[in-house]
Amino acid sequence: MSASYLWQDGTLRSWLLTRDHKRIALLYLGSITAFFALGGIGAALIRLQLLEPAGTILSDATYNRVFTMHGVVMVWLFLVPSIPVTLGNFLVPLMLGARDLAFPRLNLVSWYLFVASGLLVLYGLFRGGLETGWTFYTPLSSDYSEGRVLPVVLGIFLNGFSSIATGVNFIVSIHQLRAPGMTWYRLPLMLWALYATSIIFVLATPVLGITLLLLAFERLFRVGVFDPTLGGDPLLFQQMFWFYSHPAVYIMILPGMGVVSEIVSTFCRKPVFGYRFVAWSSVSIAAIGFIVWGHHMFVAGESLYSAIVFSMFSFFVSVPSAIKVFNWLGTMHGGSIRLDAPMLYALGFIGLFTVGGLTGLFLASLAADVHLTQTYFVVAHFHYIMVGGMVSAYFGGLHYWWPKITGRMYPEIWGRLAAALIFFGFNLTFFPQFILGFEGMPRRYATYPAQFQVLNVLSSAGAGILAVAYVMPLVYFTWSLFRGARAPDNPWGATGLEWRTSSPPPVENFAETPVVTTDAYDYGDMDARTGVADAGGRHHV
Amino acid sequence: MSDGAVLDRHAPYETTLHRDETAIAGMWLFLASETLLFGGLFLVCLVYSQTRADGWAEGVRHTNLAIGAVNTLVLITSSAIYTMAVEAGRRGDNRRVMRFGLGAAVLGLAFLVLKGVEWGQEFSENLFPGPHFALHGPNARAAELFYSFYFLATFLHGMHMVVGIGLILWIGRKAHQGAFSAAWSTPVDVVGLYWSFVDLVWMLLFPLLYLIGRA
Repeated sequence: MSASYLWQDGTLRSWLLTRDHKRIALLYLGSITAFFALGGIGAALIRLQLLEPAGTILSDATYNRVFTMHGVVMVWLFLVPSIPVTLGNFLVPLMLGARDLAFPRLNLVSWYLFVASGLLVLYGLFRGGLETGWTFYTPLSSDYSEGRVLPVVLGIFLNGFSSIATGVNFIVSIHQLRAPGMTWYRLPLMLWALYATSIIFVLATPVLGITLLLLAFERLFRVGVFDPTLGGDPLLFQQMFWFYSHPAVYIMILPGMGVVSEIVSTFCRKPVFGYRFVAWSSVSIAAIGFIVWGHHMFVAGESLYSAIVFSMFSFFVSVPSAIKVFNWLGTMHGGSIRLDAPMLYALGFIGLFTVGGLTGLFLASLAADVHLTQTYFVVAHFHYIMVGGMVSAYFGGLHYWWPKITGRMYPEIWGRLAAALIFFGFNLTFFPQFILGFEGMPRRYATYPAQFQVLNVLSSAGAGILAVAYVMPLVYFTWSLFRGARAPDNPWGATGLEWRTSSPPPVENFAETPVVTTDAYDYGDMDARTGVADAGGRHHV
Repeated sequence: MSDGAVLDRHAPYETTLHRDETAIAGMWLFLASETLLFGGLFLVCLVYSQTRADGWAEGVRHTNLAIGAVNTLVLITSSAIYTMAVEAGRRGDNRRVMRFGLGAAVLGLAFLVLKGVEWGQEFSENLFPGPHFALHGPNARAAELFYSFYFLATFLHGMHMVVGIGLILWIGRKAHQGAFSAAWSTPVDVVGLYWSFVDLVWMLLFPLLYLIGRA
């Protein structure tokens, strides 16, 4: 077996030109961590501003630019790529028993596209920023905005191609590169989730691309198809934007569900209850996700009939979502549960996602939405999904696979402490916002009536705790790189193929191509039935 | 590099056949993505050609049908010729791949030149949307909307043409170096898929920009 992928060739050049999916995953990890910090600074400024009814540190105009920065950076430069490009890039070939993704060069290209898009966005943000919100609604973004709409929009346009490249790579890899014996129903559920996510990457992202291109042209040449003075329809922008961005919401949760399935199974030492239902629920969330975008426009002048249909489809999404939650609980039932840090994050995910999902039903109901839309209720709802859900799963996954990625153990006690603190800080930040929204506090304002102050101060206090809790893993993960205990190949006693190679893996992933003879999560008598067999011809139907 | 050979241990594929199938699958998936990209444009067209029907038709009547029709023929021919390059590639006939490829690329360039001439005419007639837009009357604003769509759609399609011509020239160069054989001509196929797609997009744009509403 050759050297670990980390130290095979240590030059900067070898990292920047690498085609190794594991190294590209780390390049991505570094980039999105920087963007997560930047978006976090935006969040901190927002919460500081809202400590007092009249605002504290930002002018109204600056506030608009700060929340736009927070949204744009967090959605496109952190959440959408987060789990797929880091854990996904690292794990898809390992879980398949393959040597790399199907298109290693395309994978590297996707990282460079991502970096280029990030730099364009940063250029726009630091040359004055923009005040459109992350949704870039016309005609504000096309005719009235005085901000740097163009570089940011073109940056997000480029960013889309990075996503598409990743999506194409994952789908083709899962079809083509499965190890002998790795049938579809033996795939880890993480791969089902990433497959569903990739479908959205490939089929929804281009619609965002064309929409933003139309917007960029409109701004650049005053040649517009959304321009109301020409008889164009600004609402058409919203339709096209949400045709991408609602499925994109599921990009920001499905990979997290995949991670949670892996963790729950490992730390209960049981197969995931109802494997096929969990697998297909990922695909159905992706599929239904394409036909619910109109629920963002209930009060935007949509016809009552389409609103009813969109409302109904939105309710349908809760079925596969509930299947997942109940099946995770079913997996835990009667399992021998270990509460290591990854499991704490997974439990946090299940609770917070459930709250986020149930409040989604309020917003999918037409009458309730009229009252709640554009209030903090919506803000709280999607943060429960995206931060409480996705970010928890991302951190859980990082802890779970950290030994495999780096060959080092993180300090367990600090891991558990951070997980608990994140859960507590998160709830303190966002639960008050449900009440604020229900009482009518509108989102996106720099000031608010004095009656809302107590809840806002609570929320800001929670954000302070959350900030500390998010910095902790950064510190102890870095520490563990140098001082952490050496990780064994399979520290959790898990079943996936990624645990059958060394920690960290060698450049070619496996000394010999593994042969799969059992279902995923077969904890029956694991050692007897899952040895690494000789490599045969690879199976690729 | 014969069929069935095991590649080096870092490549993710077992055999060259496995690698080639993977490449074809990747291109199909990318084209699915491209379909949705142009799908957004067609949606815009579908909406406005209904809601702003009169002005939209007014715009259609001002496009240059002659150049549009000739260009359609040029592009179909280019696509057909490239298909012959694909066939030649499967036989391992590098000389023909190069010749047919060159033919397809020249016709592609001819398309772009004609399109440029057409754009030049339209600019000089002030059909580009803006304060000096040429058309007046009750339908002028919607006609301007049509021309916004027209320039965007033809620009985006033109960019795809430029990429396609570049890819075909790259194939020609590889064929010139004798790279393809009966066992391996996958890049010729993959570029062929892309070139047919670019052709197909024009088959939809032509009626939308030149025909529907003209009568």
